[in-house]
Amino acid sequence: MSMNQQNDPFADTGDSDSQPTSYIHIRIQQRNGRKTLTTVQGVPQEYDLKKILKVLKKDFACNGNIVKDEELGEVIQLQGDQRVKVSEFLTTQLGLSKKNIKIHGF
Amino acid sequence: MSDDLGFDPSLKKKKKSKKVEDGSSESTPVPELDDMLSGLKKKKKSKKIDGDEETNSPVPDDLTASLGDLTLKKKKKKSLKNVDATDFEQQLEEAGVEDVSGSNNNATIDGESSNGDEEGIIPYDDLLSRFFDILKKNNPELAGDRSGPKFRIPPPVCQREGSKKTLFANVQEIAQVLQRNPEHLIQFLFAELGTSGSIDGEKRLVLKGKFQPKQMESVLRRYIIEYVTCKTCKSMNTELKRESGNRLHFLSCKVCGSTRSVSSIKTGFQAQVGRRKRV
Ligand SMILES: [Zn+2]
Repeated sequence: MSMNQQNDPFADTGDSDSQPTSYIHIRIQQRNGRKTLTTVQGVPQEYDLKKILKVLKKDFACNGNIVKDEELGEVIQLQGDQRVKVSEFLTTQLGLSKKNIKIHGF
Repeated sequence: MSDDLGFDPSLKKKKKSKKVEDGSSESTPVPELDDMLSGLKKKKKSKKIDGDEETNSPVPDDLTASLGDLTLKKKKKKSLKNVDATDFEQQLEEAGVEDVSGSNNNATIDGESSNGDEEGIIPYDDLLSRFFDILKKNNPELAGDRSGPKFRIPPPVCQREGSKKTLFANVQEIAQVLQRNPEHLIQFLFAELGTSGSIDGEKRLVLKGKFQPKQMESVLRRYIIEYVTCKTCKSMNTELKRESGNRLHFLSCKVCGSTRSVSSIKTGFQAQVGRRKRV
């Protein structure tokens, strides 16, 4: 066996999770001042967003609303940085897989 | 021997919780070498030594090492390390060094670490040097030689610009170190930070919103994991190519030759913030 061989037999590894079917994206945006906004995009259709929003608002004690985006569907908006809490909610309460949730931001 | 290994000094600094678990290798002056070999032994002898996760080879831990004092979270680092060990073993095996390691094994385990008068047995230290000479000659990256400061990522320099904006002064430099088009990196920053911005006359990035260097660092780290490091060998010496014909991007490793596809940067949903939409 030669030590300077360049082509690698493992070339296809580590990539299985990079192109899944659909992700739930949790993002943060800065608003005026130090206020922030959390958005949740891509919650599967079978879930009732209105009901979820209601629970989230109560649990996190924050305001929120649902925005319809032509391309991306219905998106939940919450005031403040609720990213971790939303992610926890989605996994524990809705039984969604953590692998399908992508938290963005800093 | 220890001096010409070309190890990144920052690597050495980090390794403090490390024990030599093999009594017979005491005679070796260089702890790093021990590590590498114990990695090999583990593989060969299969479960001879267990529970020595701490003593993994430091070499492929590119990200941690290069970010240096940017301090990866402990948890993360642990898991990375474990993965590295296996990857590294695979690489070594791939590189065809089994024979050498095999003889090393015998020498060590029989307790004949460094007495050359035994017949037909090459002294342990000589084997080590030979091993590293060959490794350095043919796979310098694996021997820890990663051409100096090339892969050391400078910490992001962020200043406030007025009350609502942030100046990211060294984007260009960072993109250059990562061998990425600054446009690509900036596009990622915009998408992740949920903001927009512009480039000023000195090629610095002006971002809308207030961001701390620490926050920028964590975004950069994610960029590196997603768009820079090779998942096979953890090297950051990679290239991002665009396949002509389709819009897919491929990350190809300059060290091990492995290729993977990467997803394009998507901004996704952006909420309407600040002033109402002008109608
Ligand atoms: Zn590689």
